[in-house]
Amino acid sequence: MSLTDAAFEAEPVHAEVVHGKGPWQLAWERLRRDKAAVISMAVIVLVALLALLAPLFALITGHDPLTQYPETALTPEGLPVGPGADFWLGADSLGRDLFVRLAYGARISLLVGLSATLLATVFGVVVGLLAGYYGGWVDGVLARVLDVVLSFPYLLVAIVLVAAVGASVALTIFVIAFFSFAAMARVVRGQTIGYREREFTEAVRSLGASPLRIMVIDVLPNLVAPVTVLASLLIPTSIVFEATLSFLGLGVDPRTPSWGAILADSTDFYRVAPGLLVFPAVLLLLTTLAFNLLGDGIRDALDPKR
Amino acid sequence: MSLLEVSDVRKYFPIKSGIFFQREVGRVHAVDGVSLSVEAGETLGVVGESGCGKSTLARCMTGLHEVTSGTIAFDGDVRRDVQMVFQDPYGSLNPRRRIGSIIADPLVIHREGTPSSRRGRVRDLMALVGLNPEHYNRFPAEFSGGQRQRVGIARALALNPRLVVCDEPVSALDVSIQAQVVNLLKDLQTELGLTYVFIAHDLSVVRYVSDRVAVMYLGKIVEIAPGEELYERPRHPYTAALLSAASVADPDRPRDRVVLRGDVPSPISPPSGCRFHPRCPKAQERCRVEEPLLLGDGHKWACHFPLEPGERLRSAEVGR
Repeated sequence: MSLTDAAFEAEPVHAEVVHGKGPWQLAWERLRRDKAAVISMAVIVLVALLALLAPLFALITGHDPLTQYPETALTPEGLPVGPGADFWLGADSLGRDLFVRLAYGARISLLVGLSATLLATVFGVVVGLLAGYYGGWVDGVLARVLDVVLSFPYLLVAIVLVAAVGASVALTIFVIAFFSFAAMARVVRGQTIGYREREFTEAVRSLGASPLRIMVIDVLPNLVAPVTVLASLLIPTSIVFEATLSFLGLGVDPRTPSWGAILADSTDFYRVAPGLLVFPAVLLLLTTLAFNLLGDGIRDALDPKR
Repeated sequence: MSLLEVSDVRKYFPIKSGIFFQREVGRVHAVDGVSLSVEAGETLGVVGESGCGKSTLARCMTGLHEVTSGTIAFDGDVRRDVQMVFQDPYGSLNPRRRIGSIIADPLVIHREGTPSSRRGRVRDLMALVGLNPEHYNRFPAEFSGGQRQRVGIARALALNPRLVVCDEPVSALDVSIQAQVVNLLKDLQTELGLTYVFIAHDLSVVRYVSDRVAVMYLGKIVEIAPGEELYERPRHPYTAALLSAASVADPDRPRDRVVLRGDVPSPISPPSGCRFHPRCPKAQERCRVEEPLLLGDGHKWACHFPLEPGERLRSAEVGR
């Protein structure tokens, strides 16, 4: 199995050869012409920078995300200060720097969003490939498992798990992935059934190719487009999922700055400090919107016929 | 021993029904008792209407289908020495993989050679089938239908097979391209000493390439004979009807076309006796009851009342 596409790609191209553009190159060019997708990518890059540079912001402002600054952050009446030079986006009700907390919250959102999506994708692709390729009883069992997963009330499961093992980032990622992989598995299963019957898989099967090789080398490359699209749409869903769980106190440790937890904190104070509600809400909205629009853009770029 | 010996092969596809516990409610008799042999170096043509089981027979020969009963004896390793050229030049090449990797697949799966020796072999094969070897890095979408079929042929030849089963290799192509691909197959046969099973519904293409021709109807071979013999002196009424429907290059040649009435009966419950009797102009009571056997020496046919050489089938009798 050493002579794969990669082996051919590695071969130096002769100067006189007219080299055709691969499907990925074409898709990338189409994506670059999509204004909404380009703007979305810019927004995502900014959010990623916010997350990456969070410690830098903490250094510049001199505010730790977990430390309370009652002298400077609260007015004599005990209300949080608004946006200003010291606290860029104001302070929260306990006297913590909202901007620094949002920056650290971006880390949690992206970490959970991307890891849960990755986990759900890997698991969903494996289950979907097996169910679709083998069919029969394997498919029957896996399909029933997916039905059970989809009929689980996710909030109840989250409450029970938090009560049993305690809130943590890892648990949040696991819960989100567990409730997202079924959608991926269904799509992959359906596509695999289609490709299993195609003549190009028959061609390698008649040569005695193993099921693993057919699934990985012959079927999987054809699934990259739908899987990429679905994964890019799973990311914002996971981010909102995480915010929801954290808002309800079921997500990450409540002390950890997370957009959902910050929103939950704001509920008692938004009349006096609207920034506490507006800034995290807008950030969450922009991030999920950007991921959704980018997902749409990727879908259009990968399948221009639709 | 013949290169390939097919004896009384049957392939039934179960029809299942039910949501939870599927039970078999019927069977499609796709191939129903076919016996034939293929000699090394010859081309055996197989013709018949859509749904007569010729593609299923081809898939049984290449090991893609397990036979329901009967045996297929091949003098060699089926996975290696029997290769297939597929009908659909679009469906038979993986759109996400490069031409070079596709042609190298047989070598990779059978662990032949090193990556660099395979690359050399792929280039040789591409040159052999009339493709530019520099194009190994391209994707199937960058090729025309005829070129794609050449890629499929190159893939089939990668392991130096002894038998190549061509399942309607040109029926999806333009007529002008058909001739090129058919001639390529013929040239390759001379050059490499290949044996072909050539499946098609186009009678003139089959006549052009085949040494012997088998005619299939509803999962059975009704007549098999050397090419010229079959085309000039058909004995089975179905063969005669099929030949009369083929287009002829000479518009002045008198044509008495035998029009068969009705549809091909369902292969789920094929007719009793001779399967052709409901549509046969010569059918009699015996045809309804007794199944004719494929008999003869060299030229075999399965009919109780075969046409005499030179006899014409009259379409006036057809249908009721």
